[in-house]
Amino acid sequence: MKEKKSFLTFISENTFIHILLSILLGFLVGAVFLAIMGLSVGAAYGRLINSVTSLKGFTYVVVYGVPYIVAGLSVAFSFKTGVFNIGAEGQFVVGAMGAVVTSLLLPSLPKFLLVPLCFLAAMAVGAFWGILVALLKTKRGINEVLSMIMFNWIAFYLSNYIAGLPGIKNEGSAEATKNIAENASLLFSKDYIKSAGVAPTFNWGFIIAILITLLVWMIIEKTTLGYELKAVGANKYAAEYGGINVNRSIMTALGISGAMAGLAGALLVMGMGQRISIFSSQEGYGFAGIVVALIGCSNPFGVFVAGLFYGALIYGGSKLNLVGAPTQLINVIVGTVVFFISISTIFRYVRYLKRDPAKAKSGKEGAKA
Amino acid sequence: MTDFINSLGIVLYATLIYATPLLYAALGSCFSEVSGVVNIGIEGMMTAGAFTGTVVAYFTGNPWIGFICGGLAGALFGALHALATVKLGADQTIAGTAINMLGPGIVIMLAKVLFNSTDTIPLDATQKIPKLFSGMFDTTTVWGRFFDNVFANYVSTYLVFIAVIVVWFVFYKTRFGLRLRACGEHPQACETLGINVIGMRFLCVVISGFLAGLGGACVTMTISTQFRPISIVGQGFIAIAAVIFGKFRPQGALIGCLLFGFCSGLKVVLGGSSLVSMHLISMIPYVITILVLMLFVGRSRVPAANGKPYVKSK
Repeated sequence: MKEKKSFLTFISENTFIHILLSILLGFLVGAVFLAIMGLSVGAAYGRLINSVTSLKGFTYVVVYGVPYIVAGLSVAFSFKTGVFNIGAEGQFVVGAMGAVVTSLLLPSLPKFLLVPLCFLAAMAVGAFWGILVALLKTKRGINEVLSMIMFNWIAFYLSNYIAGLPGIKNEGSAEATKNIAENASLLFSKDYIKSAGVAPTFNWGFIIAILITLLVWMIIEKTTLGYELKAVGANKYAAEYGGINVNRSIMTALGISGAMAGLAGALLVMGMGQRISIFSSQEGYGFAGIVVALIGCSNPFGVFVAGLFYGALIYGGSKLNLVGAPTQLINVIVGTVVFFISISTIFRYVRYLKRDPAKAKSGKEGAKA
Repeated sequence: MTDFINSLGIVLYATLIYATPLLYAALGSCFSEVSGVVNIGIEGMMTAGAFTGTVVAYFTGNPWIGFICGGLAGALFGALHALATVKLGADQTIAGTAINMLGPGIVIMLAKVLFNSTDTIPLDATQKIPKLFSGMFDTTTVWGRFFDNVFANYVSTYLVFIAVIVVWFVFYKTRFGLRLRACGEHPQACETLGINVIGMRFLCVVISGFLAGLGGACVTMTISTQFRPISIVGQGFIAIAAVIFGKFRPQGALIGCLLFGFCSGLKVVLGGSSLVSMHLISMIPYVITILVLMLFVGRSRVPAANGKPYVKSK
């Protein structure tokens, strides 16, 4: 009994351990599904590991991971401030389009101007998309989850519409925009890519991702703004009583979160994508951002690692059909991981009860259940 | 005039068939949210239902067994969500996100195993949900065609309208409904009155999954004839939006779903002409929703205990 108790406390005190345990369980459930389908677990997981551990594979993981990291940071930032930014998807999409349009309008600008300009454009439209929702919430009392879902779809169709406009649409048969101006591209030079043997889409994006991770950490932990936003997230009534303007905080939080989601979109098109296709359904980078934020425990550094992990799963997963295993296995694994992360609260709850001697008895019963 | 009546008939037909799956899912969402459990896993539960419905109908040849099994598949994921959120006090949004990944992940894998493809084999006409009053109207006349379009509709559509009335009755005219709503407002008070809050919420989330599963099955067994990975793209979220729009009442959700259905119907009719971009037309439902909310609906009051895990105190 005593041993069990200490194990629970151990897990509840170590978010890191709990998340590792969840990931382990995710792969375990994945293995069960593979076994049920009569596929070799070793072959599938071996393929997954092999495809991400070579130099080329690892650089692919970084390339895939960058948009997930920044989208994850966007959602994590909103979590910290008490808003659930399910609208990151839409902000991501308009941000990507903002970057593409900017680069196509000003293709002759030198790189050192055009790249930051594209970033700024993406962040501005992303922030605008987020602030719209905040305005609807604070001025008209409209539920933010509802308007975010609507704005996700509006962004999606708007992007498809703009991608089909003359001057933006690809001249070829592809249902996509033109490629972004060369000076807006973050790709490393072809010579370097060839000589170093890295992924052909390897780009500067990861440096931006590192910078943004540090920046988010700074804002949340080291600034008055971050303190105020966190206070609103923790208890908005207390924050208001303490003299914080709650409505303005929600606006700021969604603005910053939206700007980051927009930037994530820009990083995708200026790095790996180079153009935007006309899609039949949402791509889901924003929704993936939610998952990444959850796995990363809303901690900026955690999100960075989680984004790489997610990128590795997506890239590795795309190679799974080579061994006859379905790519969807990745969704099952990640879904299971998130499922077990969601019940982390039970461990924390058990610990909370144990701290309170009056409730200690029911705490033990809770642990058994 | 004739053209107008024809178009109107087609729009109404499309409104009804597109609103039906949303409405099943929205009623499900009502059950869960009103009892106090946020369920954004509706999307994943619909996907499970959409796949199971067609597969069972394909193998048994009976659409009704397929339809019910679609509901049961949704209920299974509902039970998973309930286990995490109601029994284990999980974060409801996170658990819902997990369901949205697990649902499609598992069924698409199963599709690969069963059909060696991510799509299922299309159902033939006898395996689809049948239409009621089909062939009753004389389609050579204008009004005949109109009535044929509007009333010769899938049985599932008629059923869902009955379901709205039943759910409304259960919510507001029965003891069960009163308790259900109380669980979402003040679970502690319910417990002191001897209501089993945990049990109520568990049941409601399972019902929610069952209805969402039925909604998913409607998509693949009426609008289309097979399950594809893009069968359910956002309908679950739209259903949730309709519920918030309808202020967490079944009758309000009905209006929300009809609005979305109507806009989809408009898209079908206007899509034929190339005057306006298809993409802009597709945007209409979402823009209208925002406008309606801004101008007429405004604040939507969420059940007080919604989203808060309830832990029984002893």
